Amino acid sequence: MRGAVAKSAARAEAARLMAHFADAGAVPVETALLQPAETLLDLYGEDIRARAYVTADPLRGEQMLRPDFTVPVVQMHMQSMAEPARYSYAGEVFRKQEMDETRPTEYLQAGFEVFAADDPADRDAEVFSVITNALAPLKLRAVTGDIGVLLAAVQGLATTQARRAALTRHLWRPARFRALLDRFGGRTEAPASRAALLAASDPFAKAGVEVGLRSHAEVAARIHTLRTDAATPPISDEQRALIDAILSLRETAPNVLIALRDISVDLPHVGPAVDRLSARLDALDARGVDVETLAFEGSYGRTSMEYYDGFVFGLYADDRPELPPVATGGRYDALTRVLGQGRGVPAVGGVIRPELVVQLRGGS
Amino acid sequence: MTIKLGVPSKGRLMDKTFAWFGARGVILRKSGTEREYAGVVDGVDCVELVLLSAGEIPRELAAGRIHLGVTGSDLVREKLANWDQRVRELALMGFGGADLIIAVPQAWVDVDTLDDLDAAAAAFRRTHGFRMRIATKYHRLVQEFLRENGVADYQLVDSQGATEGTVKNETAEAVADITSTGETLRANFLKVLSDGMIHASQATLFKSLTAEWSDEDRTTLARLKVMLDL
Repeated sequence: MRGAVAKSAARAEAARLMAHFADAGAVPVETALLQPAETLLDLYGEDIRARAYVTADPLRGEQMLRPDFTVPVVQMHMQSMAEPARYSYAGEVFRKQEMDETRPTEYLQAGFEVFAADDPADRDAEVFSVITNALAPLKLRAVTGDIGVLLAAVQGLATTQARRAALTRHLWRPARFRALLDRFGGRTEAPASRAALLAASDPFAKAGVEVGLRSHAEVAARIHTLRTDAATPPISDEQRALIDAILSLRETAPNVLIALRDISVDLPHVGPAVDRLSARLDALDARGVDVETLAFEGSYGRTSMEYYDGFVFGLYADDRPELPPVATGGRYDALTRVLGQGRGVPAVGGVIRPELVVQLRGGS
Repeated sequence: MTIKLGVPSKGRLMDKTFAWFGARGVILRKSGTEREYAGVVDGVDCVELVLLSAGEIPRELAAGRIHLGVTGSDLVREKLANWDQRVRELALMGFGGADLIIAVPQAWVDVDTLDDLDAAAAAFRRTHGFRMRIATKYHRLVQEFLRENGVADYQLVDSQGATEGTVKNETAEAVADITSTGETLRANFLKVLSDGMIHASQATLFKSLTAEWSDEDRTTLARLKVMLDL
């Protein structure tokens, strides 16, 4: 019974949030509970299997119980492409919890998503303030970040495009990113087997019989890439230090802005991203957000699902550190390009977990 | 009350388990005819033998339907989430050894490490338009291992047998499978990645942490442990 009471309290909270989003101009939408697994697997890779329930349909193949709303809402929007568009939704999402049995496997999400090309800084600020205003009485602590600054910093490194692409690909896997940066910086040696391969007069001497789909030409192309990389000078200590400086930022947003302006003197490529951050802070300020005390973390959003590529934020209950963030959100322009086969729409959104809101109000 | 000991019901794994216990004075044998899956324990009181498929023993241990069980450590890790909170290893038994490894074609002279595999997977996806396929039946272990090592742009395809043949048949680009000598891999023109050892498996005696253990059962276990020199 207690579960049923909690569920209906959470539903009532979701309905309240939907009304709040409607006041902000959102059109309510629905998505299917069962999503084709292929799309989600292609986006997130096999790792999502550890987090989402996969089930099999004899005709449609693998299906996934909706792990979030963003992907189906983007797909729905990409068919109509009406702009600007504001959508709201509320419903169950399902997440496997392999490590911690106390975490729920089924919970509600209420979300607000904006698809609009105009004034991205103000759209970021709009989503942030709609989400935070909905939860204002709970006195949550906001943490913000900007994946766009990191992406720009990596793109601005004075090295080959291949190295920048490898680093960008692993931006969301911090340990792997670090290992790559150390190797490209000449801090760690390449494995002995690679040195031996590149030193060999005939690298294919031990190739033997060719089997499988990956062709001789593909292997040769990678050896060429490895040779080019071996001949590339290391990424300088100064440049690596700039990346570290960005990753270790943990300050109020105005102080971060000052620090990033300094960094952009040595790494001019981040300039436009820093300008966007600056414009966003102005837009947040204009919407009444206390920017002076707003927390910014350079690494924020790196370990979440890898679709955010700009502004990111989360709202936390400081007196309940065991709880996950009550709300999260961010900008995901690149995701819309992937799902739209190259045709993208600037998009930003956020979700709230009604169960957590009810818990924090003392409901259970 | 008796404690239930689950043991593989056939084959070499059963024979070697019987021999391992026998050498320590605990005589396990099938009762009745050879085909009957019922067993008898001599040499120690209050222990009941349950003959099961090795693949089902992890589940029975986790459900607490058997108190002790012998099975491959790979099967426990593959089939039980948070395995170390549900069962405890009492003894590594020194047989049934097999390594769960990742293997790729020998012709991939550019791929020797997981780092190479990851880079090759990225290029493969760009060239072929789909994620590099790794055939396995050990989905959980392989996926955890590749995540921990930061390998991306791959997909697991299920293969319940003849896994080494999937590359030649072009239904997979690489495999993650159990090998003891590596002969089958070589015969299929595959090689093991130098850092591609996912788990070195062997037959292991497990204790269920979820089964009901009465005081009497604990005394029985203590006696058994003395005999088994644990």
